[in-house]
Amino acid sequence: MREEAEIIRQEYLRHDKKFPHVWCPGCGIGIVMGALLRAIHNLGLSKDEVVLASGIGCSGRMPTYVDFNTLHTTHGRSLTFATGVKLAKPELNVISVMGDGDATAIGGNHFIHAARRNLDITAIIINNSTYGMTGGQYSPTTPYGSKSTTSVYGHVEHAFSIAELAVTAGASFVGRGTVYHASHLDKLIGQAIQKRGFSVVEVISNCHVQHGRRNKLGGAVEMMQSFKENAVTIGKAAKMSPDEMADKFTIGVLTDIDKPISTDEYRRIAQKAQRKADQVARTKVKNGVKRYEE
Amino acid sequence: MKSESTSRVLLQGNEAVVMGALAAGCRFFAGYPITPASEISELLSLRLPEVGGTFIQMEDEIASMGAVIGASLAGVKSMTATSGPGFSLMQENLGYACVAEVPCVIVNVMRGGPSTGLPTSPSQGDVQMARWGTHGDHPIIVLATSSVSDCFSITIRAFNLSEKYRVPVIILSDEVVAHTRESVALPGPDEIRVVDRIAPSVPPEWYKPYGTNNRGVPDMAAMGSGYRHHVTGLIHDEKGFPTQNPKEIDQFQRRLHEKISKGFGEIQVIKSIMMEDAEVCVIAYGSVARSALRAIKEARNQGIKAGLLQLITLFPFPRKAVDSVLRQCRVAIVPEMNMGQICREVARVNQTGTRIVKHNRVDGQLITPEEILKYLVKV
Repeated sequence: MREEAEIIRQEYLRHDKKFPHVWCPGCGIGIVMGALLRAIHNLGLSKDEVVLASGIGCSGRMPTYVDFNTLHTTHGRSLTFATGVKLAKPELNVISVMGDGDATAIGGNHFIHAARRNLDITAIIINNSTYGMTGGQYSPTTPYGSKSTTSVYGHVEHAFSIAELAVTAGASFVGRGTVYHASHLDKLIGQAIQKRGFSVVEVISNCHVQHGRRNKLGGAVEMMQSFKENAVTIGKAAKMSPDEMADKFTIGVLTDIDKPISTDEYRRIAQKAQRKADQVARTKVKNGVKRYEE
Repeated sequence: MKSESTSRVLLQGNEAVVMGALAAGCRFFAGYPITPASEISELLSLRLPEVGGTFIQMEDEIASMGAVIGASLAGVKSMTATSGPGFSLMQENLGYACVAEVPCVIVNVMRGGPSTGLPTSPSQGDVQMARWGTHGDHPIIVLATSSVSDCFSITIRAFNLSEKYRVPVIILSDEVVAHTRESVALPGPDEIRVVDRIAPSVPPEWYKPYGTNNRGVPDMAAMGSGYRHHVTGLIHDEKGFPTQNPKEIDQFQRRLHEKISKGFGEIQVIKSIMMEDAEVCVIAYGSVARSALRAIKEARNQGIKAGLLQLITLFPFPRKAVDSVLRQCRVAIVPEMNMGQICREVARVNQTGTRIVKHNRVDGQLITPEEILKYLVKV
């Protein structure tokens, strides 16, 4: 473990000028970053072939610190940039890391369409139930009744369940983990990257500074403790009553299906179109016509 | 659609944009349906796979612009096409392309606005928006097309400038130009000059993605080419990482502007027609320039010494060229399908007190040669 940590520190972190990072002490994002790096390392991917894109917010800063092709985009748009990269160079491993507000509020439309489209992209969504960087406003995953800087009387709206949303939108692989279950997270992220098709990992994380503090959930340790207590594996949850599941949530793989990937499909139709066009061009060249595209 | 130089082809403006884009090496398009730009999407969805490129229809114009930038960063020449409402949505990521210096071409086939406006009557209402639509003090290049053959050559020029200066280039077309079909003689493939971005030649560990050089335009490495680096919308240092250092910020901001001003000679394109001895002139762009051309010819027939200064480049505003015609002429007529968006630029340049006459049409109808001729006769 220690040896592995040292390899990751030396191999994958950008030391020159990028540290200290912006995250608060005890923040869960660092654990997700660690899990991502371990997953990439264990899969033996070349750093040159990994693209890590992000949006805006605390999670958005992750690409700054790691030595891949990194892309810090605009708020909510990470998946759109990732889509362009993937389509232009399908051989690259494209991973997009987002926050809950980033992926499901301002980027909600892009998120469901990326899932529907089924490009071979991995989306990691760090869900800490709040907009941390801007000061703790309510997000699409802030629980009903919770306090935030924009719901000081208690939140009157209901929360999205991100993993279930991804399943419904058509993602090929959807998993949920927490920052407490770190080695489980390594595995989940590894599976998601390996999966051919749009894969999603929702990571339940703590923002004790903005969300925990205002809702008396304690510090980082207490919040992680609650993840430990409230996370139920999918198999176990199936045997529990709705009452027993009331304050709990599932972790594990929610879906893992195989369906055609749009980059593969596109390549197939493109080959057909090319053959046809080449045939036409050959006849044209015979007649002395040149093409612009050559 | 034949492409040999000798024969003429019947094309629509939007089709000519597609041919120009493919000729310039465009191999990626992301867009969202909108009239009067949809033919560009439709035709590229047919043509791009044939030439090894990729077409995608995204969920909206915000996403389209994001995908265009992503593809360009991966090393593929990319574009999108839209109209006013979609252009509004693109402003966010257009700013990203400016700050991260990502080459890309955006075609805005203008229709009447604001908002959903006038689908789909011609307008030139998005001129200042093309210049200033995205927030922040940013340089950008805006070109205007006035005819079908323009659509072809200006699209190639747009890609070339975009690649050379690492800046988004906006092509302003309008509903008249886009949908007019005319017979045009296009240059042959051998007569077309195509410019590509310069890739770094140093070893990856020496590469500075936003380093300065005498052109002010950093070499650009494609993602996956071994030059791992960071790209961000935050103001960044030479290595691409966010900076709060006032000196680095200042250097960066100034370089963005200076790289364009260094290229004024090449970027600012105008056409001077019958200007040698002109006493009155028309300053026009887009489809209005065609009406103006007809009007000055008619005026000449009537013995009026009229000339036309057609602006191909709207921004950076071709100040020098406009200044020189304003010094030469008694009166300058500026007809526009808006309330005077370029006229204010002309007035800003006017240092000699030349009389400037505006003619504005905002009823969704094009400006006719007769309208312009009336002014030429009157003044």
